[in-house]
Amino acid sequence: MALISPGLIVAYVFSARFFDAALMTLLISISALVGGMAVGLLLAVLQEARLAPLRLFAVAYLWLFRGTPVLLQLIFVFNVLPAFGIVLPGLACAILALGLNEGAYMAEIMRSGIHAVGAGQRLAARALGMRDWQVMRWVVLPQALRIIIPPIGNQFIGMLKLSALVSVIAVEELLLIANQTASANFHYLEALTAAGLYYLAMTTILMVVQAFMERAFRRRGRRGAGLRLTQRLLAATADAGQVR
Amino acid sequence: MPYLELTDIGASYGSKPVLAGVSLSLERGEIASLIGPSGSGKSTVLRVLVGLLTPSGGSIRLDGKPIDVGNTATIRDLRRRFAIVFQQYNLFQNMSVLRNVMIAPLKVKHRPREECESEARRLLAQVGLGDKLHAYPDQLSGGQQQRVALARALALRPEVLLLDEVTSALDPELVAEVLDAIRLLAAEGMTMLIVSHEMGFVREVSSQVVFMADGRTVESGPPAQLLDNPRTPRARDFVGKILRH
Repeated sequence: MALISPGLIVAYVFSARFFDAALMTLLISISALVGGMAVGLLLAVLQEARLAPLRLFAVAYLWLFRGTPVLLQLIFVFNVLPAFGIVLPGLACAILALGLNEGAYMAEIMRSGIHAVGAGQRLAARALGMRDWQVMRWVVLPQALRIIIPPIGNQFIGMLKLSALVSVIAVEELLLIANQTASANFHYLEALTAAGLYYLAMTTILMVVQAFMERAFRRRGRRGAGLRLTQRLLAATADAGQVR
Repeated sequence: MPYLELTDIGASYGSKPVLAGVSLSLERGEIASLIGPSGSGKSTVLRVLVGLLTPSGGSIRLDGKPIDVGNTATIRDLRRRFAIVFQQYNLFQNMSVLRNVMIAPLKVKHRPREECESEARRLLAQVGLGDKLHAYPDQLSGGQQQRVALARALALRPEVLLLDEVTSALDPELVAEVLDAIRLLAAEGMTMLIVSHEMGFVREVSSQVVFMADGRTVESGPPAQLLDNPRTPRARDFVGKILRH
């Protein structure tokens, strides 16, 4: 008997079931990332607030969500909220828990982006007669974006991998589907390989997109312009590994 | 009647008072210079005029009309008539040289794009940077950046140009051509208020010199009088120190 059945892997990869599961993984990751960006931006602003209670809230939030396992947070949302009368479908729980957790990490990225735009830039923009939203639109955001895009790309890659955790609350994403498929016929190797190929495809595309975006945002003559593609990919891979 | 008249202006950064009685008047087409020790509030006066800092007291009259400094609409009107060039240039790092000069006319004044671009090109050529239109600020020397900043301020078509120590950061060989640009503006009748430590420059271009100390205007007069024969002891002390070497 053959140890591995390549035909089965191919069949799984091109099955509607796996494809839908991959879409689910992507949906959870993007939703949680967007939610995390909103939470992170709010936390970044709160950390700068004049009122001490607001700053305290932000610090408490970071302490809580960085200091406990994200898996605990996920199961907490899924199993404890119903006791308070809040019953959410698994998908909503997954996005909520991952988004709240992501916000605690995104806050630092947002904060560094805002801080990196010098006060002189805002001053000059206001002196030219720009209104507050114009200062943000034309001067602060384009410069902050250049700083936060690469780390947000890393967070996205991290989130794709992190989303596998939600299989424990019965959301039909890649890992759960692979596991379910395998448990029906014990072809674990093929099912998990198929899921792994999907993860690799998604993270690879993201790394390449990220490398190109970083290059586009970094102007001529700036640091790192001479890196070869393999070096850039290696750096992207290393970055992706740093997330949780 | 003076074009711009400041009477007893006071201002503070938070709880720290920085201006405590600034009075000066400027005729249309006149060039006045503010001199005085560091921290005497010279740059702050320019910031008040460009609407970046709200004065806590005193009055501003422009063209004979009082300016309500507490009203954001009139402050915005004030900004429309003044343009400032900073000591540190503060060019927008995310924009090319051409874009830096075009952005305010285009997005704030809503002038047609072609008009903004042709005027920006003309102004950049005037300051000797016609060949750097598509360079970014971090590719330019300090002197070049300051000349872009001058063009950017002129693109607003201001009635009064405020220069905050604009020659301090320039390479010596570049000072002359910036001065030429400023002389040209003076000949065109541009009203200017200049903060500078370069006494040669002040003496040459100003019709009036105002001495400031501790957030107050202490003495003013024509350069020959104020720089060579000041009346007040504080001005005499300051001028003596800076002109000795």
